[in-house]
Amino acid sequence: MRIPCPHCGERDVNEFRYGGDATKQRPAHGDKDFQTWNAYVFEFDNPKGPHEEFWQHTLGCRQWFRLKRNTATNQILGGGQ
Amino acid sequence: MPKSYSIFSILRHALRPSEPWPEAWAKPAPKSNYDVIIIGGGGHGLATAYYLAKNHGITNVAVLEKSYIGSGNVGRNTTIIRSNYMLGANTAFFEKSLQLWEGLSHDLDFNCMVSHRGQIVVAVSPGQMDSFARRGNLMRLNGIDAELLDRKELEKELPYLDYSKHARFPIWGGIHQRRAGTVRHDAVAWGYARAASALGVHIIEDCEVTGMVMDGNKVTGVETNRGRILAGKVGIAVAGHSSHVARMAGLRLPVESHILQAFVTEPVKPMVHHVVSWGAELFYLSQSDKGGMVFGGHIDGFNTYTQRGQFFKIRDVMECAVSLMPFMSRLRLLRHWGGIMDMTPDGSPFICKTPVDGLYLNGGWCYQGFKATPASGLTFAHTIANDAPHDLNAAFALDRLMKGRELDEHGIGNWTYKQ
Repeated sequence: MRIPCPHCGERDVNEFRYGGDATKQRPAHGDKDFQTWNAYVFEFDNPKGPHEEFWQHTLGCRQWFRLKRNTATNQILGGGQ
Repeated sequence: MPKSYSIFSILRHALRPSEPWPEAWAKPAPKSNYDVIIIGGGGHGLATAYYLAKNHGITNVAVLEKSYIGSGNVGRNTTIIRSNYMLGANTAFFEKSLQLWEGLSHDLDFNCMVSHRGQIVVAVSPGQMDSFARRGNLMRLNGIDAELLDRKELEKELPYLDYSKHARFPIWGGIHQRRAGTVRHDAVAWGYARAASALGVHIIEDCEVTGMVMDGNKVTGVETNRGRILAGKVGIAVAGHSSHVARMAGLRLPVESHILQAFVTEPVKPMVHHVVSWGAELFYLSQSDKGGMVFGGHIDGFNTYTQRGQFFKIRDVMECAVSLMPFMSRLRLLRHWGGIMDMTPDGSPFICKTPVDGLYLNGGWCYQGFKATPASGLTFAHTIANDAPHDLNAAFALDRLMKGRELDEHGIGNWTYKQ
């Protein structure tokens, strides 16, 4: 798999670190509902198909960015931004 | 279907004209209604169906497999069994599993080729020797065998490791569990399928679940590519696809699906007589009966449902192999493959009821699904039959993370694979 870094261009996946689901919204500061925090911290949509996620170019420019990828095929659907 | 396998059935078959052996399990068409449906015809699903029929007398059961029996992770793992865990819930559960492995071939009347060749984890620092001593003591307090080996004793058991001063990770000793070993994984799937089928369970291959039939907050059946099948209770045992199937019932799980790769080299003469694991990195190797070195390492590190591994991880695992066992550099890699697994925040599984009535979950197995197969089937069957967990799986509940009752075996916090 090759990943388009917004700064360095397309590089091999082993230069990058996966950073998880990028669609999660952090609950409001001071939110006391356990279910809300449980959903944010532990639960994942984990779709088989299009997924928006964070990556970091750890062995390059070290920039964090968002990527759209199909988890069923590893096809890149949208470039890093 | 033959009533039983024995020396006489082999002789009888040898004297007959050449013809294939009879099918080991029946291939019925799906009925419209079952008491219990198990989604997933892997090791865990088939074991669950077997124990439902054998221990609980529930035989009106269907196991729905989207492909063929043995096509999933039950045939993709590195076949290791062991019970060297530390936390209470894990220790009891995996020790029960190892005890079931010990009698499994007789129980199923199917030779699973259970080999108690022992597992040795190699320690690479004095601190690691201390932690292995602690682990061994905890195991022995629970009645499980464990022996600490110093460097000299280890050299007798594993003479082919790199004991030189220049080794990147100098070897200090190891911990040995003699009852650990390997099992022929396909035989586990076939044996459970045959034994469950003989008790009346329907094993339905090429039957993919595409949706859940819901009545309010209760599951009453499943939609499949072979039509709608109704059921009183539905169990999910689909390895890396737990999130995918649970979503059909509106559930979101504490799970990400990741790929783990496994490797086998060309066959060579017998040389590695144990399962060998390494303290410096996650690496585990055994030699198959055919002679190939079967080994694996970490997951690739990002969520995916493709069963194709990335090249950089192949290189990582080869580096581990050569660093610990220099002879590995002279072997050629024959095959490598991938399996998709649920990774959970604390590295421990779920065998439990779900917030949806009539729906039960067996998933989140991370690296440890295969060795758990018999105990997983036993406790999942108990959970489904009694609508309440067995003592052994009470801690594997879905809400344990929210309640702060994580089973963090490695002691390194959340998402072990991201460390």
